[in-house]
Amino acid sequence: MVNLIAKSPCDGLLPVTIGNVTLSERDLGRMTSVAPYKGEQKAVSAVMKDAHGVAFPSPNRMTTKGGAQALWFGQGQALLIGPDPDVSLTAKAAMTDQSDAWAVVELKGPKAADVLARLISIDLRPTEFKRGHTARCDLLHMMASVTKTGADSFQIMVFRAMAKTLVHDLTTAMESVHARVIA
Amino acid sequence: MRINCPICGERDRREFYYVGAAQNVARPAPDAGADVWNDYLHNRENPAGRTRDLWQHESGCAAWLVVTRDTNTHEIFSVELASKSEEATR
Amino acid sequence: MRIKNKGLIDRTHRVSFRFDGQQISGFDGDTVASALLANDIRLMGRSFKYHRPRGPLTAGSEEPNALMTIGSGAAQDPNVRATVQEIYSGLEVRSQNAWPSLGFDALGVNNLLSPFFGAGFYYKMMMWPKPLWEKFYEPLIRRAAGLGGLSGQHNPDKYERAWAYCDLLVIGAGPAGLMAAMTAAKSGADVILCDEDSIMGGRLNAETHEVDGMPGTDWAARTVADLAEMENVRLMTRTTVTGAYDQGTFGALERVAHHAPRRDGQPLECFWRIVAKASVMATGALERPIAFRNNDRPGIMTASAVRSYLNRWGVVAGKNVAVFGNNDDAHRTALDLQAAGVNVVAMIDSRPDATAIGDYRLIPGGQVTDAMGGKGLTNITVKSASGSESLGVDCLGVSGGWNPSVHLACHMNGRPVWNDDIAGFVAKPDMVPGMIAAGSANGEFSTAACLQGGIDAANAALGRIGKSAAKVTPPKAEDGAYHITPLWTVPHKGRAWLDFQNDVTVKDIKGAAQENFRSVEHMKRFTTQGMATDQGKNSNVGALAILADATGRSIPQTGTTTFRPPYTPVPIAAMGAGAQGAGFAPQRFTTSHAASADDMNAPMIEAGLWYRPSYFPKPGETHWRQSCDREVGYVRNAVGVADVSTLGKIDIQGKDAGEFLDFAYTNMFSTLKKGKVRYGLMLREDGHVMDDGTTARLGESHYFTTTTTAAAGQVMKHLEFIRQALRPDLDVQLISTTEQWAQFAVAGPNSRALLNDLLDDPVDNENFPFMSCGEVSLGGVKSRLFRISFSGEHAYELAVPARYGDSLFRELVSRAEALGGGAYGMEALNVLRIEKGFITHAEIHGRTTADDIGMGKMVSAKKDCIGKTASQRPGLHGDHREQLVGLKPLDSTQELTAGGHLFDKGAEAIRVNDQGYVTSVCWSPTMNTSLGLGFLKNGRNRLGEVIRFVDHLRKSEFECEVCHPVFLDPEGGRARG
Repeated sequence: MVNLIAKSPCDGLLPVTIGNVTLSERDLGRMTSVAPYKGEQKAVSAVMKDAHGVAFPSPNRMTTKGGAQALWFGQGQALLIGPDPDVSLTAKAAMTDQSDAWAVVELKGPKAADVLARLISIDLRPTEFKRGHTARCDLLHMMASVTKTGADSFQIMVFRAMAKTLVHDLTTAMESVHARVIA
Repeated sequence: MRINCPICGERDRREFYYVGAAQNVARPAPDAGADVWNDYLHNRENPAGRTRDLWQHESGCAAWLVVTRDTNTHEIFSVELASKSEEATR
Repeated sequence: MRIKNKGLIDRTHRVSFRFDGQQISGFDGDTVASALLANDIRLMGRSFKYHRPRGPLTAGSEEPNALMTIGSGAAQDPNVRATVQEIYSGLEVRSQNAWPSLGFDALGVNNLLSPFFGAGFYYKMMMWPKPLWEKFYEPLIRRAAGLGGLSGQHNPDKYERAWAYCDLLVIGAGPAGLMAAMTAAKSGADVILCDEDSIMGGRLNAETHEVDGMPGTDWAARTVADLAEMENVRLMTRTTVTGAYDQGTFGALERVAHHAPRRDGQPLECFWRIVAKASVMATGALERPIAFRNNDRPGIMTASAVRSYLNRWGVVAGKNVAVFGNNDDAHRTALDLQAAGVNVVAMIDSRPDATAIGDYRLIPGGQVTDAMGGKGLTNITVKSASGSESLGVDCLGVSGGWNPSVHLACHMNGRPVWNDDIAGFVAKPDMVPGMIAAGSANGEFSTAACLQGGIDAANAALGRIGKSAAKVTPPKAEDGAYHITPLWTVPHKGRAWLDFQNDVTVKDIKGAAQENFRSVEHMKRFTTQGMATDQGKNSNVGALAILADATGRSIPQTGTTTFRPPYTPVPIAAMGAGAQGAGFAPQRFTTSHAASADDMNAPMIEAGLWYRPSYFPKPGETHWRQSCDREVGYVRNAVGVADVSTLGKIDIQGKDAGEFLDFAYTNMFSTLKKGKVRYGLMLREDGHVMDDGTTARLGESHYFTTTTTAAAGQVMKHLEFIRQALRPDLDVQLISTTEQWAQFAVAGPNSRALLNDLLDDPVDNENFPFMSCGEVSLGGVKSRLFRISFSGEHAYELAVPARYGDSLFRELVSRAEALGGGAYGMEALNVLRIEKGFITHAEIHGRTTADDIGMGKMVSAKKDCIGKTASQRPGLHGDHREQLVGLKPLDSTQELTAGGHLFDKGAEAIRVNDQGYVTSVCWSPTMNTSLGLGFLKNGRNRLGEVIRFVDHLRKSEFECEVCHPVFLDPEGGRARG
């Protein structure tokens, strides 16, 4: 029997620390896209809440409970992160395994928002983009999902195949920000 | 330029993909006749003033939007989901 | 000359730098211009066209003359204003546009030829004879006229771009801007305050005014310190707001590292995009000169620049200074100079009723009619009611009045209005929506008016963004009146300069009027008035006034000045920051990338953003064709493995998924059986082919569609458009799974043997026939298997979750090698598909229909679909169209080339005789001949005909046989085997 060996998207690239900002890869386990069928969003949300502790999120929001995240991921779509999805969801929503589709990193440190402001165009002021807020947006030239997970930490996702570019773009911005700090 | 996506909120236009006139949404019936189809496929207004464009929030929520704006002043009057636009119900 | 006890320079920190190789000493806080003037160097550049000697006209970013090149080699930076560039130890500065040296410029001969070089000269004289233009005139002009040059090398500097958001953007940190920022900040608004200078305070740092009972500069410093303490305030110095754009977006250039030696990792500049709910334009005003004969001599500068050099840097550009003005403000220069102990020769005021505000010699009703001194001012001639006299002066301050800096307000096509009281243009409200002008940018010139104007503007802005304003009282400050009687030019013989940078004189503007270029826009283009780095900041209004006079109109009748972004030059490198090198575009790497590129030395080829292996060279192979032929042989004779993960993959789910696909594709998918795969064709609504690919039915309401690599993004957008906008009635969801799966083609007679070595449960022809699909297990890993073929061989595509892609690819290749095969790349893949007549976007290039490619019957008659109605239009199908055919040279040593055209035998190979063209070619090792796919008029009825192939570009021409596009195994027995 063949023994396939798993590799993470950022294998060999991370972690990196520059100044007071650290970029590291996250393994969030199972990631399932949940896209409720017509009229089923409430029912889907109830099942998610019941089975996994997280309701279907509002646009631009992430809900968390224990190891489970429900991450808003686009129009009518959320990403259930962590648990194996409850089987009863299959009748109510298009359920698609995306566990291998995204490179997931965490950017953490006092200057993390300054680093991101060099790559994404959304309003990152702490009063506007709070913990649990998420956005689908561009990160330089890549489609990304950016979520604020703590006072100075962000979860960033891009297509798996672009992991190397993600690390390149983020570390370039980290170097710039750090060079200003020591100026 | 900034577009107020009904789902994501106001975002820079770099996230949006422009796809021409909103009339693309008002697809004629297959038997509507050559003239109607010709208008739908090829004829476009080019107003100096109020216009209705189709955009997709490509890097955001992926929603298709109808944007009403002024080509002279660049003022944006409304942004709505294409599925709820007047063109969709025509 | 340095003046004791004046200026904001740090005299305890001496700084030395080099100017044209010469060691120059200055102080921390100096600009290049102030340091050179302190060392009695007034000559800092040569003019653009006439190579006239020039010194600085101003002390700010509007400087037209003192342009320099900073640094050398790859990092050199041309056209830097010496009036802005701060000095630091090791700074290297060179003058521009002079050869062999600034002091002796050989092209100064242009100055003597000036009667021939007036405005419009190029257009009139150099049109004929035409060939001379490219060979002679243009190189000559480019050499003679110009600014600094680029290094021609790769730019090694790092640039940055960034976004910032605020409630209120305050542009300019003079008295108005500081008060606006303070008012808004105290009201709880998020404020960004930008100023282009290295220290905030604006004119307060260049004047001797008191504010709140203390020197203005101290009040500014204290206010800035207070603002810096506030969490809702962001202060950005050395940051010029360069453009105002739609919906509250602004561009701003921050000069991060120009003022210090380069350090690793540090960006040189940052281009900010600032989004603000409202903005205050507190950009101040710029003083304009008066045109008189030889008013461009080094040593002549604006009266306010003389004050700036004196008060900010403790420098005077001469020992004997005169001031020439038409307004009250100019007198302050005489007053400040005198207070500093400088000899004020005279204050020449063109207004007969002018009165002095200090104890200096006033010449009321006087005008400067000429200036002498080749490389620096020595004398001026002054004419007044009491006659004409020559005064020995080496520095002259000139004030023709102040122009409010309305540039940003004009960036969205708004036009400012003329204000007679100040003889200048002011902004109208909302020329840029949400932008409020304040202070001298709004034509309020006293310090008190600026401070109050800042408060008022902030209050207005706060009202607009729905915040109540905190009560702020303005500090006490001077509130002098500003009276001006316009004087644009002193009547003169010879040349009087308006636009110093482009060498535009009063005569040139009058010449434009004579030539009937009466519109300001036409005049500008005829004379080059207002172009290049300063964009006419010092001269546009004056030129407009001269044009008005020459055409017998008032200034408002003649037109307005308007401005486009950027306010000051913005390097393209800053705007495009981050997009150099690896930042240019995202790189998409397949999971087999490391194995292919690093371990197997495959040259990679870009396919959109993806990188795919061209071929896998083996030792001894010296040409790609050897590798390609070998890899084709793997697939035809044994088994080949290729990464096909780059194909777009879309999961389509929902009870209406079948109906949705029926509408998107020409053929039927609702009838496809579970566990089966079908080829599909997708049209654009205009009836032309958009894309093709296979769709598998994984479950009752679950389909899996593949797109071509090239069109994956476009197809996803198109399907979303159908789902959201055209068929919102259907209950269906689309999710891209391109990145979830690593997918590999396993193709060739031994493909099943290889697979069964890997699969937990073997497949055979009964349980897994051609065009079937299903879930399989690979060492416990759930995978998907599709029996489809893009090579015509017995083949599969095997998909595993991407984390296992690298591992599976290595397993597949090593097993294939053991079976006499191996990995194959894009070159072999292309040969394999051409041999089978399979199309790619070379054939479905956007102008071909389903009928053209021989798939007209795939447009189902039983249902509507995108593009069906249009595809039935006359003209889009039939024998007059160019139809897909195969092509084979009669002489098998000839090789077809893509892009070649087809002609009838005996017909001349010209456009009107064109019969079609070639889209794809390959050398087929299987059939030992060159093969091609192409389009030929009425091609399907011409199989067997001999046609002439002509490639005009590559100069080849030979005869071909027209064939069916499927060259190999037309019955398809191999794929079913």
